[in-house]
Amino acid sequence: MKSPDPGAAPCLATAHSITAAEFDCEVIENDAVNPEYMHIVATADPLATSIRAGQFFHMLCPKDGPNGPFFRRPMSVYRADPEAGTVAFLYKVTGSGTRALATLAPGDRLDLFGPLGVGFSLEPGWRRIVVVGRGVGLATLAPLAELAAANGIGVTAVLSARSPAVMMSADRFAAAGADVIEVTDAEGTSGPARLERVLRGLIADGKADAFFTCGSNRLLLLLQRLGREFGIPGQVALEQQMACGLGMCFCCVREFRVDGGVAHRRVCWDGPVFDLQEAISW
Amino acid sequence: MVDMRVEIGGVRLANPVMPASGTFADGLDKAVDFERLGAMVIKTITRELRVGNALPRVCETPEGMLNSIGIPSKGMPYFHEETLPTYARYATPLVVSISAPTVDGFASLAEEVSLPGVAAIEINISCPNLEADGQAFANHVDSTERAVAAIRRRTSLPLWAKLSPNVTDVAEIGRAAEAAGADALVVANTFLAMAVDIESQRPRLGSVTGGLSGPAIRPIVVRMTYQCARAVDIPVIGCGGIATAEDAIEYMLAGASAVQVGTVTFVHPTAMISVLEGIEDYCVRRGYERVTDLVGALSVEEADETDMEWVDPLR
Repeated sequence: MKSPDPGAAPCLATAHSITAAEFDCEVIENDAVNPEYMHIVATADPLATSIRAGQFFHMLCPKDGPNGPFFRRPMSVYRADPEAGTVAFLYKVTGSGTRALATLAPGDRLDLFGPLGVGFSLEPGWRRIVVVGRGVGLATLAPLAELAAANGIGVTAVLSARSPAVMMSADRFAAAGADVIEVTDAEGTSGPARLERVLRGLIADGKADAFFTCGSNRLLLLLQRLGREFGIPGQVALEQQMACGLGMCFCCVREFRVDGGVAHRRVCWDGPVFDLQEAISW
Repeated sequence: MVDMRVEIGGVRLANPVMPASGTFADGLDKAVDFERLGAMVIKTITRELRVGNALPRVCETPEGMLNSIGIPSKGMPYFHEETLPTYARYATPLVVSISAPTVDGFASLAEEVSLPGVAAIEINISCPNLEADGQAFANHVDSTERAVAAIRRRTSLPLWAKLSPNVTDVAEIGRAAEAAGADALVVANTFLAMAVDIESQRPRLGSVTGGLSGPAIRPIVVRMTYQCARAVDIPVIGCGGIATAEDAIEYMLAGASAVQVGTVTFVHPTAMISVLEGIEDYCVRRGYERVTDLVGALSVEEADETDMEWVDPLR
């Protein structure tokens, strides 16, 4: 037994502070923003709206039948608005969790647990960053628009999508003062060779103190290669199936290159934002 | 004011609610004050460095989950330097879960973790994810006896034996653990199980089979808790699909002296606290002064004749 004499107990943890909580939120809107993606907005209290760019909420999707969903679904925040008291997410209906989420109507309840995970960080020496994203990864990167602006850092956002109809976050970056370059498969502008020319141009213009990316294996590999060639640091937000979201269950581990070897890290706890060069493509 | 204290195999707990091993780690302190828990049962440690099993390691099942995490372990230096100091900050008793591939390995590991700051050792002789086809010490009477007896000789700390539900007669295994020196039983670990993705025609876990937990298994484990509590004189800790206070009370009425809350914490991180508060509310409502009054309070109508007796048709 520990501490047989309570008076001798060495500085026990007192005044426990809660930094993540389960919030019973009200859905304000849940609408399609384009042919593939939905935008859900819910009320949130100050702890919830304190979520940082790249962090996530673990979302309890409504039951869509006897087979689940049982687990929560992690979703990175698209926008947190402390003044309005809201948080918003962009999602694509792909499985039982998001299918159930899409059935929610204004006035329905949504259980959010968070904020969780390690988000993006900006180093004081950076003046201009390049944000490169694709698909639903654009939602994860969007909060960087305001975070960089608030820190006086210039942003070039290279946004990739299958077609202009499913392009997201361009207005958001533009409104925050970023230079926006939109590329799409439909227009034949999103190929890796062309993107590499665009990125090399940005590097030559001194606009790439750091890279930020999410949503594409191909883009990750390209940025890793350019990062190594020019010594440019970077961060990548990764996805993985999760159960607990708090680093307890070890189901969301991925392999990372660390100190010449391979290390296993938990995406929910050590990430979901990781060092660009340590990430291993999937 | 209800007296919520319980004593489990030599360990005095402030209340009967604690986490199940594998569903608890320091990260939960973002959402839960560990000082409110009856005990802190940490994820199983092994002496061997283990990276864990192939992905995917979990999948959803109706009212439950299937896991084959495989106990990733950073070994003993990490336990001494990181794990123990992390939990030393709390006054709540620390229960260290251990596992090993051999009887000798179990015994020497038990000795090594018998340290100041450790209140009890939970011996995980029942993990279905460590050996081929879910084999484990607790699957058989003789291997249970050998493992528990060997561990008993090497530590004076209270020993909680975590039993396997993958057996025909769990009470028999419980009696063997008690006879070999266990101070309490934890009933039970996960059920060896399997799920198949019919589109990819592949197993839904990387290691093919895994352990089933969650509300889906609760009635089976309540039955096992009842059988074990009747068979042994040491306390039984109920563990299996507890999601609410009602579930925990069900276990206690069936004979559990305390409960472990596991899978639900992945869905509702503060579930242990609501279970604890709900048990106390129930005691107040039903006029119990002590939570221990619930233990085994199940009332079973006894028939005056054995109605399931075999009757010889020729008689």
